[in-house]
Amino acid sequence: MGAATIAAHPALSLLAGTTTADPLFAHGVGWFVWVVVVIKVLVAFAVLLVSVMLMIWFERKVISDMQSRIGPNRAGPWGLLQTLADGTKLFFKEDLLPERADLGVFKLAPYLSLLPALLIFTVIPVGGIISISGHTFELQVADPPVGILLVLAMSSIAVYGVMLAGWASGSKYPLLGAVRASAQMISYEAALGMTVVTVVLISGTLSTRGIVQSQSGGVWDWNLIRLGIVPFVLFMVSITAELTRPPFDLTEADSELVGGFNTEYSSIRFALFYLAEFMNTITMSAVVVTLFLGGPDGPVPRFIPTSDVWMPVIWFLLKTLVFLFVYVWLRAALPRLRYDQLMDLGWKRLIPLTLGWLMIVAAVVVWHWWGLLAVVVAVVAGGLLRRAFAVGTERQPQPGGPTSVGRKIVPTALLGVGARGAPPRVAPPGPASPGPAASGTPAAPGTPGAPAGGAG
Amino acid sequence: MGFLSDLKEDLHFLGGFKLTFEHLARPRVTRQYPDEKKPKQPRQHGRHVLNRYEDGMEKCIGCELCAGVCPADCIYVRGLDNPPDHPVSPGERYGFVYEINYLRCIHCDLCVEACPTEAITESKLFEFSFTNRSDAIYTRDELLVDDDGRPKHLPWEDWREGDDRLTSGWMRATAPAGSAAYEGEVQWSGELGYGVRAPEGGQSAYRDDAATGTLPLREVLEAHLLDEDIPFEHRGMRGRVWRAQVSAERNKRKLQRNRDRLRELRAARSARKASADGSGR
Repeated sequence: MGAATIAAHPALSLLAGTTTADPLFAHGVGWFVWVVVVIKVLVAFAVLLVSVMLMIWFERKVISDMQSRIGPNRAGPWGLLQTLADGTKLFFKEDLLPERADLGVFKLAPYLSLLPALLIFTVIPVGGIISISGHTFELQVADPPVGILLVLAMSSIAVYGVMLAGWASGSKYPLLGAVRASAQMISYEAALGMTVVTVVLISGTLSTRGIVQSQSGGVWDWNLIRLGIVPFVLFMVSITAELTRPPFDLTEADSELVGGFNTEYSSIRFALFYLAEFMNTITMSAVVVTLFLGGPDGPVPRFIPTSDVWMPVIWFLLKTLVFLFVYVWLRAALPRLRYDQLMDLGWKRLIPLTLGWLMIVAAVVVWHWWGLLAVVVAVVAGGLLRRAFAVGTERQPQPGGPTSVGRKIVPTALLGVGARGAPPRVAPPGPASPGPAASGTPAAPGTPGAPAGGAG
Repeated sequence: MGFLSDLKEDLHFLGGFKLTFEHLARPRVTRQYPDEKKPKQPRQHGRHVLNRYEDGMEKCIGCELCAGVCPADCIYVRGLDNPPDHPVSPGERYGFVYEINYLRCIHCDLCVEACPTEAITESKLFEFSFTNRSDAIYTRDELLVDDDGRPKHLPWEDWREGDDRLTSGWMRATAPAGSAAYEGEVQWSGELGYGVRAPEGGQSAYRDDAATGTLPLREVLEAHLLDEDIPFEHRGMRGRVWRAQVSAERNKRKLQRNRDRLRELRAARSARKASADGSGR
């Protein structure tokens, strides 16, 4: 991570003072620091917004290509301004407030889901460290020592946005969507956190800059390789679930829940949810790049040695773009999971796997032979777990016992007996032929009518 | 090895990734409709025209057969005796009122079949829209071809250059004589604007069962269809390979059937022989 010097701006060269422009003001506050911080924040904000616009366009174009369609091509060259047109349209739509909504929370929720998406991006290192006439600063908005914890905390807060939106709408579909969303996000957060812990274990730091610097030795030092591919795959799966993107988009399952938690939202509030969703996609792709693919580092140290300022940024953008493409690809290729499949995957596969891998990595970090032992333990435990699941799912229904529907055991009382619906609660008192035929024959006068299916 | 086969089954979804990625390179099926139009099918049923003879006389004789046959009841005709000094049609009467309601018409072409003088035919023009119900009723003046024999270009119809080519063409399922076999014979009068249209190939009673077998008609006709109407997998070299595979498969099945039949016959014969021997003994 060579610190390069770019040509000093005449105005900046007059400044003297602190050495590091840090928005956390760990190295003191000066007006130069203020200027740099404001510029960084503004640039990051603008870039993020523009990239969201481009991401929506990119997603629509790529998914059209994958479905042999053309996609947006009317607004601007290649339809690039389509998102802008949609956004403008949304601005001028009526802002509906449902009568039964909890208005304060209803208005708060979109910002609650947008803000974390913005804040996560602040800790992402997008480039190297540059210095302007003696003042060095990092190409990232802030580098707190607990950087990766901030990512986890913010992604948890994003759950509140979704949950409160669904709850405050005063409507059933948003509520169902929100319940699904919170259950899903909380389930997958466990796996997500544990894969992050494996990264932290091997990097020895929580700072995102530190994690990137620990991978600066080229491809073989990237956490993708160093940790074995598995944590990366697990992280990708759980982050896709965390983002509620397809195939885990149960929260807004259009075909089942109308629109999910944002059904009652319209106008700019709806646009904010949309913005947050795509911003999250971008920031999480950036997080993956940071944690597993060396962030702004090239595949080999000094791969193209001409520019130490711009090349890291370009590497970072390229890698992020690959993941954005993968997200779109997932959406094009995979159908949505069923809810029980989602929970199975989260609790029965991902969490045990991440736990096992975390154990192995921890053991290897301590002593290599402990690692071997951990592998043996993990394999044995995995086999036992698999057997336990098999016993649970392959249980055959006993005659007279509970009946199985799909993989779930359903009590007989809930199903009713036989194919004709619920069993009669009172035995038919009529002396005429019992059973289903009774409803077809005229009941004898004086006796109460036979309990026909729809008569009650 | 249950675990491995389970894993293999679990990984079947990867095929979806392959397919969607392949689609990136495939041609798009979307057509930018108002900007570019698809060539019309040779026998597309569009709006009607009322034809004239070369001398400008109308072909319609006001017989109302079209109105009688119309299943949607969308044609309204009233005939009138030709004025003796300047007749409108060569016959006794002519179509004085002729109206077609395009909110009802289903373009079944039964009126065309019924017409004894080929006065009414269907063009391929279908791109028109209205803003009220009365506009949807085309009157005689609007339906009549102009002096060149071409359909009138009405202001609410979307026409482009060449859209009216081959449009006064003849959408009859049968020849006027009623025979389906009119391949190579021009059994229709000329399109006044463009001259007599050449007969089309393949529209005859001639059947090549050996070649077509029991294939769906669409597959037989694929060689004659526009490229875009053929499924992607059946186009070009890939299509040839596919057709060869299909025919090989069919021949194999046929061969197998014949073999089975032969075996059955032989078995039956030997059984007969055996029983004859047994009874003879």
